[in-house]
Amino acid sequence: MGESLHCDLCGKPATVHLTQIIKNQIQKVDLCEECAQSKGVTDPEGFSLADLLSKSFAGPADDAETEALGPTLVCEQCGCSARDFKKSGRLGCAVCYDTLKTILTPLIAGLHKQSRHKGKAPARQWRRLELGREIESLERQLLEAVNQENFETAARCRDQLGVLRAKLAAPAATP
Amino acid sequence: MQILPILDTPAEVVPGGSPSGPIVLSTRIRLARNLRDFPFPGWAKEAQRREIFTRCVEAASGASQMKKAYVLDLAALDNLEKQVLVERHLISRELSNGSAGAGVVISRDQTMSVMINEEDHLRVQVMRPGFQFKRVWKQADTLDNGLEEHLDLAFSAELGYLTACPTNVGTGLRASVMMHLPGLVLASQMEQVIRAVNQLGLAVRGWYGEGSEASGSIFQISNQQTLGESEDDIIKRVTSVLQTIVEQEQNARTKLMDSDSAKLLDKIGRAYGTVRNAHLLTSVEAMNCLSLLRLAADLGLLAETERHRLDRLFIESQPGHVQLAARGSLETQKRDVARARFLREQTAALPALNFDRAFEKN
Repeated sequence: MGESLHCDLCGKPATVHLTQIIKNQIQKVDLCEECAQSKGVTDPEGFSLADLLSKSFAGPADDAETEALGPTLVCEQCGCSARDFKKSGRLGCAVCYDTLKTILTPLIAGLHKQSRHKGKAPARQWRRLELGREIESLERQLLEAVNQENFETAARCRDQLGVLRAKLAAPAATP
Repeated sequence: MQILPILDTPAEVVPGGSPSGPIVLSTRIRLARNLRDFPFPGWAKEAQRREIFTRCVEAASGASQMKKAYVLDLAALDNLEKQVLVERHLISRELSNGSAGAGVVISRDQTMSVMINEEDHLRVQVMRPGFQFKRVWKQADTLDNGLEEHLDLAFSAELGYLTACPTNVGTGLRASVMMHLPGLVLASQMEQVIRAVNQLGLAVRGWYGEGSEASGSIFQISNQQTLGESEDDIIKRVTSVLQTIVEQEQNARTKLMDSDSAKLLDKIGRAYGTVRNAHLLTSVEAMNCLSLLRLAADLGLLAETERHRLDRLFIESQPGHVQLAARGSLETQKRDVARARFLREQTAALPALNFDRAFEKN
């Protein structure tokens, strides 16, 4: 877990973890060896995490980096760009996870334990997704059966489709 | 005042609720969720935010756990009301600063709140006094399922629940525990503890979340990572760190009593004198005094039952609550006068400290 922390300034693995309480405010920062040295973190007297953080984030280096990824990196769904994201730290919509994938993938890998979700899923949506898949496959079977003039199978498929489509169209059950 | 009915109803976590334990004040779980078909709140247009509000209110107030829930449109509340809700942890500071369409649905017993158009469309929160992760998670999970029956959520098989900030993606879960750690603070070990906890991938914050003050020796720990671990595993990890901190706190208290009991008891005695006699009290000083009195209850100097009264006073000494009681906004100095008066009244019936008990226990 400790090794998954990255330097807040350059993104390299962080080895220096600092916490300060100044006027009852907790502040913390993770740094790599070099950044810690160059920022004078080793001198606890003349050093404030708040200064460090405000100076380092949203600095010119960040912009150059974003620019390098191309000004074309914009979510087609909502119009949020890579630069918007770097500035606010927030994405525009769910589709941004796809459209801004090139900058998000390394970021997410650094932030979290692993890059793949392990946990609950929205149950109803999951059921509907599966229902949709079943319907699609039945529709293919139906078409095939009709083409082959296998009307017995076609009729069975059609009946099943009716049941599944009714299920999909049914209003959500009240909890 | 729209929020008065909320404040007058006995609540689970604050006034009138069940008592909490010696070190763990409360357990909280929050889930971040978003609707699939709308931009995230920070990017949504005003009309969209209102539409999101309507849909989410409908889904949340329709959930079986939310019968007779309070539904609040933040735009209809004045600043003082919002502040009071923040001080009760029913809404976040971010929500209280939110623009059009920001709102909250609060369950009757106030253990559950669903914030709408905060950083994410939905922030489901369940909070209970003491250490109760199992119960709190079950409650949050059920409420989440209830919402999902009516709302299409932004979810991907690979990344889980999609959130406005990638720090919450995956489970969208933050499991946190509020702790009272005066022993570690007095022994100057808190920075060390915070560092160790950070290295285990957990965050330590003050009483009112990110960047808030750590006065009153109250801290909350919570998971930082939300992706790649199941909800149960996240909760287990937070629990195991919590147990270690509780042990450390107990050791620190024992050591303080063994090595310099006069110093510790002196602090407690002075805090007792202050809350009962002061005429000017800042919220920081009030918090620190109440913290020492809570420690007194843990050490047996005050009856266990007093702890509950003290927990209530922690919240009611906050600036918003003091002004609410005065029925209007007050400048700082007048607030300090009102707070001191309030605490004198509230602690007038406090029994005398039984200092002998401190030694019996150790």
